[in-house]
Amino acid sequence: MWGLPLFPPQASTLAPQVDALFFFLVGVSVFFSLLIAGLIVYFAIRYHRRSEDEVTEAVHEPMALELTWTMVPFGLAMVMYVWGASVFFTAVRPPPDALDVYVVGKQWMWKFQHTEGQREINDLHVPLGRSVRLTMTSEDVIHSFFVPAFRVKQDVLPGRYTTTWFNATKPGTYHLFCAEYCGTVHSGMIGHVVVMEPTQYESWLGTGAVEGSLASAGEKLFQDLACNTCHTGDAQARGPNLRGLLGRSVALEGGGTIIADETYIRESVLDPRAKIVAGFQPIMPTYQGLVTEEQLLSLVAYLKSLAGPTS
Amino acid sequence: MTSPAVTLAPEPQEHYLNVDYGVRSWLLTTDHKRVALLYLIGITGAFFLGGFFAVLIRLELLTPQGDLVQAETYNKLFTMHGVIMVFFFLIPSIPAVLGNFLLPLMIGARDVAFPRLNLLSWYIYMAGAAFISTVVVTGGVDTGWTFYTPYSTMSSTTHVIPTALGIFIVGFSSILTGLNFIVTIHRMRAPGLTWFRLPLFVWSLYATSLIQVLGTPVLTIVIALLGVERLLHVGIFDPALGGDPVLFQHLFWFYSHPAVYIMILPGMGVISELVTCFARKNIFGYRFVAFSSLGIAVLGFLVWGHHMFVAGQSVYAAMVFSLLSYLVAIPSAIKVFNWTATLHRGSISYQTPMLYVFGFIGLFTIGGLTGLFLACIGLDIHVTDTYFVVAHFHYIMVGGMVMAYLGGIHYWWPKITGRLYPEGISKLAALVIFLGFNLTFFPQFVLGYLGMPRRYHVYPEEFQVLNVMSTAGASILGIGYLLPMIYLVWSLWYGEIAGPNPWRATGLEWQTPSPPPRDNFTATPIVTTGPYEYSRPRGAHG
Amino acid sequence: MADHATAVAHQFDDVDQQREAATLGMWVFLATEVMLFGGLLTVYTVYRYLYARGFAEGSRQLDLWLGSINTVVLITSSLTMAIGVHGAQVGRRRVLVGSLLLTIVLGAIFLSIKGIEYAHKFEEGLVPGIDFTYAGPEAPHVALFILLYFMLTGVHAIHMVIGIGAVSVVAYLGWRGRFGPSYHTPVELVGLYWHFVDIVWIFLLPLLYLLHH
Repeated sequence: MWGLPLFPPQASTLAPQVDALFFFLVGVSVFFSLLIAGLIVYFAIRYHRRSEDEVTEAVHEPMALELTWTMVPFGLAMVMYVWGASVFFTAVRPPPDALDVYVVGKQWMWKFQHTEGQREINDLHVPLGRSVRLTMTSEDVIHSFFVPAFRVKQDVLPGRYTTTWFNATKPGTYHLFCAEYCGTVHSGMIGHVVVMEPTQYESWLGTGAVEGSLASAGEKLFQDLACNTCHTGDAQARGPNLRGLLGRSVALEGGGTIIADETYIRESVLDPRAKIVAGFQPIMPTYQGLVTEEQLLSLVAYLKSLAGPTS
Repeated sequence: MTSPAVTLAPEPQEHYLNVDYGVRSWLLTTDHKRVALLYLIGITGAFFLGGFFAVLIRLELLTPQGDLVQAETYNKLFTMHGVIMVFFFLIPSIPAVLGNFLLPLMIGARDVAFPRLNLLSWYIYMAGAAFISTVVVTGGVDTGWTFYTPYSTMSSTTHVIPTALGIFIVGFSSILTGLNFIVTIHRMRAPGLTWFRLPLFVWSLYATSLIQVLGTPVLTIVIALLGVERLLHVGIFDPALGGDPVLFQHLFWFYSHPAVYIMILPGMGVISELVTCFARKNIFGYRFVAFSSLGIAVLGFLVWGHHMFVAGQSVYAAMVFSLLSYLVAIPSAIKVFNWTATLHRGSISYQTPMLYVFGFIGLFTIGGLTGLFLACIGLDIHVTDTYFVVAHFHYIMVGGMVMAYLGGIHYWWPKITGRLYPEGISKLAALVIFLGFNLTFFPQFVLGYLGMPRRYHVYPEEFQVLNVMSTAGASILGIGYLLPMIYLVWSLWYGEIAGPNPWRATGLEWQTPSPPPRDNFTATPIVTTGPYEYSRPRGAHG
Repeated sequence: MADHATAVAHQFDDVDQQREAATLGMWVFLATEVMLFGGLLTVYTVYRYLYARGFAEGSRQLDLWLGSINTVVLITSSLTMAIGVHGAQVGRRRVLVGSLLLTIVLGAIFLSIKGIEYAHKFEEGLVPGIDFTYAGPEAPHVALFILLYFMLTGVHAIHMVIGIGAVSVVAYLGWRGRFGPSYHTPVELVGLYWHFVDIVWIFLLPLLYLLHH
């Protein structure tokens, strides 16, 4: 139809779920729009004023009718709510086996780091049929990672990590947009997500000069910044053992516990005194200004690679 | 109501327009009717200035390349469009123009409770407008009307502070209007005018005023914090300095979501007046319509988080805000059903205000239903920050509120000016506006679901056809809006003399001459019945 | 307008309606004030929760002595204000004018002490964004606290200035004999406003000065 698209491509496992919800709401909306419009047109014609002195009969509303058109929309709204919330839970809960990709947004580009070490700008290559989890942050203002074909959107904030995930179901190249206004070239902060067959993806990973995995880059940084002098992993070390830290519950000095996630690691590097691990002295200096967001993410990847507690 | 006014031969009489003359008599007036007209001038100016920016936006989007204006200019255009339309047109429009003119007339009072405060609020409005005008002339601002931090405080190099100051100032005007209306409705009602005899427009103004009074101060303070952060480079909202940018969004939307109801509630009130008059019927479900206004005002304060489903708030907060957003939709649905039911077995005339009523109900229904899409968290992820949102709120704000405003202006024009507008061309204009509006904004729903983000200066080529349709619609809509401007001004000199009650309406405002005398009524009316007694046979001498 | 003390503005039917309208207007206005300070206190609460340690450290930079003296000054001024209102109600002009003048003086003392506190902050380099030399691991959060201190007490001080202006007008009108048992609404309303501004301070004192105790 003269190049007129009406519906975005459906290229993720989430997309059909969102679309089903969408069509349910479209159905309800069309029904009520036509009902109201139909009644208005019908009444307007049927009860058209025929003489200037026409007088109508006073009507008093039956309570049953009022309750009906209060409760029926309420019931429909609750269906929408519950359905929407269940789709939302799927959308915000990445499966545990997901492939990690680290994203840094800045005015006005997207930077991607794969765990295998590849780095990309504005283009993101992912394998078909595999869940991909994005851990994202911004170097400056708020951006938003939006891939319409996947029905996925998540704001990317400076100073913290946000995550989203998708599982692509169709090979192809899809639009990536920044959806949160971020300044002059906001509409230029775009790119593509390239979904590849797993075998193609493997060969793509093999191309280009890669200096090793992201975790190994993080490990190198860990040594360069001398983190390992305190975080030795020994019981008598000045810093806590970081092995298997991610996802673990950490007891804090002064009571309370926290589940160690990426944001906690980021904060502990930049503002070490914010949350002191129980039994340790607040002696760690801040690394604010010494590490970039991308380097921080490589540290996170490194710590993630140190899986399994060695007690 | 009171005994129907006897139609006198049109003879020169003293009324609020000719009681005295000269610039001073206007600039120092304390007459609510004159203050309303002062506001009308300011608001019309804001509407056409904001509209001019909209035209430029639509022209730029005619092609996918950014070839008409630079990216920075484009960003300034949509920011200025938003700021002017929201803060200087939509929020004050119906309350400050129609509300100011009609509230005392509708409740049988001589004026609002604090007439000097009323005039002061207009001056404050104009002072705010002066700041914004300065910004427009000296280079604009590019943060979007939402001023999200840290972009607005740390990154933008445009005139954020003067714009913020303009909004800061105009907020006080809104607060004063709300305060004045609340006191007026409580304390100035004519004898016998109980709460459940109040016209529904008054109920809607009351609900609106509550939001203005309780919401606006929060905007005031958040704008002040924004200014402090930008001026002093301290970290209130900037995460680099320990601030939280999402906190800004919470505070901003705590006002700016209820502000949406400031914009639409008075429009709903206008529709209740119009639909009863032109269907010549008592309103169906008076108490339901009245209380739904209050319900919207109260619930409206609890749903701000639905602007931030993907902004990084917690999953459970998102669920609560989604649920509350569904609840606030119910009172709106109740109103639509009751208006429709009012038509049943009515005596329906197709005069211009009624055409706007039909347009309002249809477009507001679509706007409201698409709001359900956005309240639905699973779906909102995809459509938020796209043209779907843009289309949705324009259906409410332009399709709803502006339709109601224009309908109200036509309906009360004879009361305000003493003249009738020309019926033929005004019907044509209503039709043009309706068609132009739908052609402009319906394609944007499709664009949004396709994934076109809002605030995009350049866009992928496959979105062009829909954008061309939208721009074509906008040019029709633009013509539609110019028409009333022309024929309403024309009618000031050449319009038919209206008489006190050309529509044979029942409201108190129609029981006094058109235009009304300085003190509104020759004698304080005594009210004995409800506001929409259309269905009772009128007296033989009426 | 007639110079008679109980003149009724043209939009009102009688003096009762006028008084009720003015009183309700003041209460509605105070509701907007609650929301104004409420917005600021929300910001305070969020950051105090996030940065409890930095806020306690910031609180230690404040002068509890001056804060306490100011509290006494302000509570006393509420008392003199109340006596003034009573004076108007019973038609004792000297009581009215005298206690209003005392209220003004107490308000001015409060603002002077506030000014001394502000001056100290400048001397100590504790003014975020302008001259902030405080160092230490919690410095950014101390800065945030001090900034909110300036915002909260600054907005409060603006209200005090407006209050002193309003009390001065009422005192002048009282001296001219405009108020008596039959007409004293303006005195009552200004009193209401003054008490409200006092109550705000009663909230600010523990939130700002007593935080670290």
